[in-house]
Amino acid sequence: MSERKPVIEVRGLRFRYADGTMALDGVDFRLYAGETVALFGRNGSGKTTFVHHLNGLLRGEGEVTVCGLPVKKENLPTVRRKIGLVFQDSDEQLFMPTVLEDVAFGPLNLGFGAAEAIEVARAALREVGLESLANKAPYHLSAGEKKRVALAGILAMQPEILVLDEPTTFLDPPSQSQLASLLRSLPQAKLIVTHDANFALALATRAVFFEKGKIVAEGSVEEIVERFQWIPRTLREREFTTHQAE
Amino acid sequence: MHIPDGFLSTPVWLGLDVVSLPAVGYVARRARRELEETRIPLLGVMGAFVFAAQMINFPVGAGTSGHLVGSALLAITLGPGAAAVVMTAILGIQAFVFQDGGVLALGANVFNMAFAGVLAGYLPYHFWGPRRLAFIAGGALSVLAGAALAIVELLVSGVPVPRPALLVSSGIFAVTALLEGLITAAVLEGIEKLNPGFIRKPEKTRPRALAVVGLTAVLLAAVGVLFASAYPDGLESLAESIGIADRARTLFATPLMDYEAQFFGSPWMQKAAAGLAGLALIYGVCLMIGRYVRRQRRA
Amino acid sequence: MHHVVIERWSRGSSVLHSRDARIKLLVTLGYLIALATTPGLTLARAALYAVPIAAGIQLGRLPAGALLARAAVVLPFSATFALFSVIAGDTARAVSLVVKSYLSAAAVLVLVGTTPLPKLLRGMELLGAPRMLTLVVQFLFRYLFVISEHAQHMRLAALCRGSGGARLRFRAAAGAVAVLFARSFGRAEGIHRAMLARGFSGETPALPMVIDAVDVLFLIVGLAAALALRVIPL
Repeated sequence: MSERKPVIEVRGLRFRYADGTMALDGVDFRLYAGETVALFGRNGSGKTTFVHHLNGLLRGEGEVTVCGLPVKKENLPTVRRKIGLVFQDSDEQLFMPTVLEDVAFGPLNLGFGAAEAIEVARAALREVGLESLANKAPYHLSAGEKKRVALAGILAMQPEILVLDEPTTFLDPPSQSQLASLLRSLPQAKLIVTHDANFALALATRAVFFEKGKIVAEGSVEEIVERFQWIPRTLREREFTTHQAE
Repeated sequence: MHIPDGFLSTPVWLGLDVVSLPAVGYVARRARRELEETRIPLLGVMGAFVFAAQMINFPVGAGTSGHLVGSALLAITLGPGAAAVVMTAILGIQAFVFQDGGVLALGANVFNMAFAGVLAGYLPYHFWGPRRLAFIAGGALSVLAGAALAIVELLVSGVPVPRPALLVSSGIFAVTALLEGLITAAVLEGIEKLNPGFIRKPEKTRPRALAVVGLTAVLLAAVGVLFASAYPDGLESLAESIGIADRARTLFATPLMDYEAQFFGSPWMQKAAAGLAGLALIYGVCLMIGRYVRRQRRA
Repeated sequence: MHHVVIERWSRGSSVLHSRDARIKLLVTLGYLIALATTPGLTLARAALYAVPIAAGIQLGRLPAGALLARAAVVLPFSATFALFSVIAGDTARAVSLVVKSYLSAAAVLVLVGTTPLPKLLRGMELLGAPRMLTLVVQFLFRYLFVISEHAQHMRLAALCRGSGGARLRFRAAAGAVAVLFARSFGRAEGIHRAMLARGFSGETPALPMVIDAVDVLFLIVGLAAALALRVIPL
């Protein structure tokens, strides 16, 4: 593995929400080309907030650099092209009326012509094995298909880094393994936020653990899973915050 | 209550289309400039929310239940401009996908519910601020304004409504309006508890214009209803005699409007040409008003 | 969900499906205007007006029974006012109200049954409708199902727990709608973040639409037919 220059470098990142909650309290993190890092942590430990800083959706104090570019206003278009962010809830990500149009949304924003955008979108759908669904409406898809279409929408922008926020939520086991093998075949550097230790064990080369807005441990996936008792059978806890009425 | 096609007389539906559709364009563009882009998905999702919220029943007692209509709620949470856009989107979906309300009558339904309903729902809040009475009054007025305008439009179009039916439906409207007021208030208070930021502060700018338009709509509706219930049967002739119908006709005076009278018996091609020209004209007028408004805003 | 049926029809394939959305929209409007402006609609002329609907169903390979049944949603409203007209001694108007509202609904169903909503909206845009409004409608339609599902879950949850008095259940319903509101709001913010993450900067260029020779022919024939229905002496 070529561990010379990190594709993501974060130094001393702090972020406080408008209501005063300290969400990130000095995060230092590096992601290198070719590696896959699993990001563990309890609900509310700041994982998603952290991820939203990587492409400038949120901006805090400290330094975030993506492929050598500091994340600031004038770099946002380039940064968002380099980092592909797959959100936890596919329904939020697939907002266009048909699968093909959704996947073409990114390329169109990048300034591709209509014909070219369609071509790129088709190629991305082929990459995730769902070209046959091009003209379907997103709400007709299964959770696994939605996730792969969301991934295609990101791949169509030809990013150098993939960031996935809880990709296995709502997926049944067969869809999970399908997603895992798909991700394994993609060459990009990956950061995967997950609660799913099995999924991380299958894919990640390294793991970090988030607690109270900072990274408190780093090591191999096995080490982290062992140390924090992140064992799926007893700790199968899922984020229901967006889907469960109290 | 959405008016289907085939109910309104040509001057009424055409006039309200020509008024409402460019006005929606104007409001949409202004709302877009005023609010951040976040708002486009937000407005769409809020439209879906109103649809979905109507599935939740509010028990009224005696085994019956009602549901939210939503214009006042949207006006108070999103602001009147954005609320008008959302209501228009809802009415559009209802007309095209659910056959609830006509396509030609869309202008009328937009005028009644997206403009008059939203403004009437917003005004009490605008003047009294966030308090329960303003929420109740807003919800109630939004329903009353919309329903009263619809009735007036039907009566002016010459659709006969017998006096007893008018009385009964007035009673129903009153109950529905009160219910909408209570639901709006209860939901808004719930929303405020979840996050006070959801309730927009009343806008301090241009209150006068807003008030004038709103009050006119409410007044128009109120006068119309009084008028209609005073002369339920003779309304058409009354309208004729005080010249509403005439004025409407001259207001939309195009030779094509009355072509049934003028061209009846003339060669087929001529009538065909007149009809086509009429269609083109309506479209042209809407487009031109839209362009004009856009240029005005840019200047 | 109801709207899914129409969605499915609209994704079919037929001569009508492949016509440009603008053309279909204009022809439908021509038909609606002809019908709406016809004075003293007789049953004979009503039968004439039914012909294009039948043709549309045939050409669009639409399920006739289901479509005609759906169009009947206007009937309770129309029938009420038709009754008033009969009471007032105006039978001709009663017939006209029922026939016009029913045929108009059927015509719109032929349009939306052969045109997916996104295409219809794009067509409206190209005919001058403001893009902001069509985008809002597009988002509304996209999330109608998602948010309705939330609402359905909450309604069930409320039913499972709700056995209190009307007052209590009223407050519970208000609470449910408030939570639905907050959740919809959060959902909209999530969508906006996802748009930004894919390079959205206020305006995404839309895909173009092309009108071919068949479309032009269809437009001419369609509008001529609408006018003929309106003016042919019976």
